[in-house]
Amino acid sequence: MSDFIGDWHALLVLVIAGFLPNEVWRMLGLWFGGGVDEGSELLVWVRAVATAILAGVIAQILVLPPGALASVPDWLRYGAVAAGFAAFMLTRRSIFVGVVGGELVMLGGKWWLG
Amino acid sequence: MPLPPLDSPNWQSPVRAFAWGMRSVASTVLTLVLFATYLGIGALAHDTHFSLGWVLASTALVWAGPAQIILISTLGSGATVVQAAIAVTVSAIRLFPMVVSVLPMMRTPQTKRRHLVLVTHFIAVTLWVECIRLLPQVPRERRIAFTHGLGIGLCMVCLSATTLGYGLAANLPPLLGAAILLLTPLAFLLSTARNCRQLSDILALVLGLALYPLVSLLHTGVDILISGISAGTIAYGVHWWRERE
Repeated sequence: MSDFIGDWHALLVLVIAGFLPNEVWRMLGLWFGGGVDEGSELLVWVRAVATAILAGVIAQILVLPPGALASVPDWLRYGAVAAGFAAFMLTRRSIFVGVVGGELVMLGGKWWLG
Repeated sequence: MPLPPLDSPNWQSPVRAFAWGMRSVASTVLTLVLFATYLGIGALAHDTHFSLGWVLASTALVWAGPAQIILISTLGSGATVVQAAIAVTVSAIRLFPMVVSVLPMMRTPQTKRRHLVLVTHFIAVTLWVECIRLLPQVPRERRIAFTHGLGIGLCMVCLSATTLGYGLAANLPPLLGAAILLLTPLAFLLSTARNCRQLSDILALVLGLALYPLVSLLHTGVDILISGISAGTIAYGVHWWRERE
C-alpha cells in the first residue's frame, strides 16, 4: 500500500496543496452563491486571471517540458501546437481535429528528424 | 442518444435518473477531451515521479484538470508546498462562479444545502458545461440524482484514463510518451480557446502564454502566479477601459 500511494507525507501534501484549495472555492460557492451576480465585474476579472494562469501552465509545459517531451526539439513543440491551433481554427473550433493535427505534426517531425 | 421527454415514466425514480446521468457521459465529445487530458495527467505524474495511487487520489479529490497539472508541475519542479498551494488556490477561483451559476438550476424548495455537497464537489469545467446543456431536459426534482450519475460516470472515465496514461508513460517508447505529454497543452489550449466568451478572456489567454516565458527567467518559484495575475489584470484593464468608451 505504501508503494501505491507513497508515504503519508505525500498524501498530506495532496490534501493541503491540491484538495483544500479547490474545495474551499466550491464550498464558498455553495454557501454564499446566492448573492453574487454572474455578470459582475469581479467575476470578469476572476475569469481573466484564471484563464491567464492556465495559459501560464500551458506555456510552462511547452517551455520547460517534463520527461519524454524534453526529447522533442523546441521548435517542433511550438510548431506542433501552432499547427494544432491552426487546424482548430480552420475547422470552426473542433478540439478533436486540433489535438489530432498537433500530434501528427509532432510525430511526423520526429520521424523526419530520425 | 437523446434523453427521454420530461413527462416520461423514465424520470419517476431517482435511480433511473442517476442511470440516465451516467449514460449521458457517452453523449458528449467533451468526454473524449477529458480522456485525453487525463491520459496526459497520468503520464505527467509518472514522468515527475509521483506514485499511481497518489495521482488517482488527486483525480478523485482535486477533480480539476488544470489544478492537478499545476500541482504536479510545480511540486515536480521543486516548489514548496506553500508555493504550490497558493498557485492552485488562485487557479481554483474560477470554480466559484461556476458553482454559483449552476446550483440554482438544481434547487427546489425542499432542497437542503447538504443535498448539494456532492454535486458541488463534482463541479469543474466539463460538468458545468454539460449541466447547462442537459439539465433543462431533466425534471427539476431529478436533477441532483442525474448530476450525481453524470459526475460519477465522468470520474470513472478520468480514473481509467489516469491509470492508462501512467502505465503508457512507463512502458511506451519515448516518442509515444512525448505524444501523450503533448496532449495536455493541446487539449487545454483548445478547450480554453473554445470557452473564450469575451475580449478579456482572449487577451488573458494570449498575454498569459506570452508573459510566462519572460517571468520564468526570474526563477521566483511562483512564476505562474505572477504571470497569471499580471496578464489577467491587464486583460481585465483593457476590457474595463473599452467598456468606458
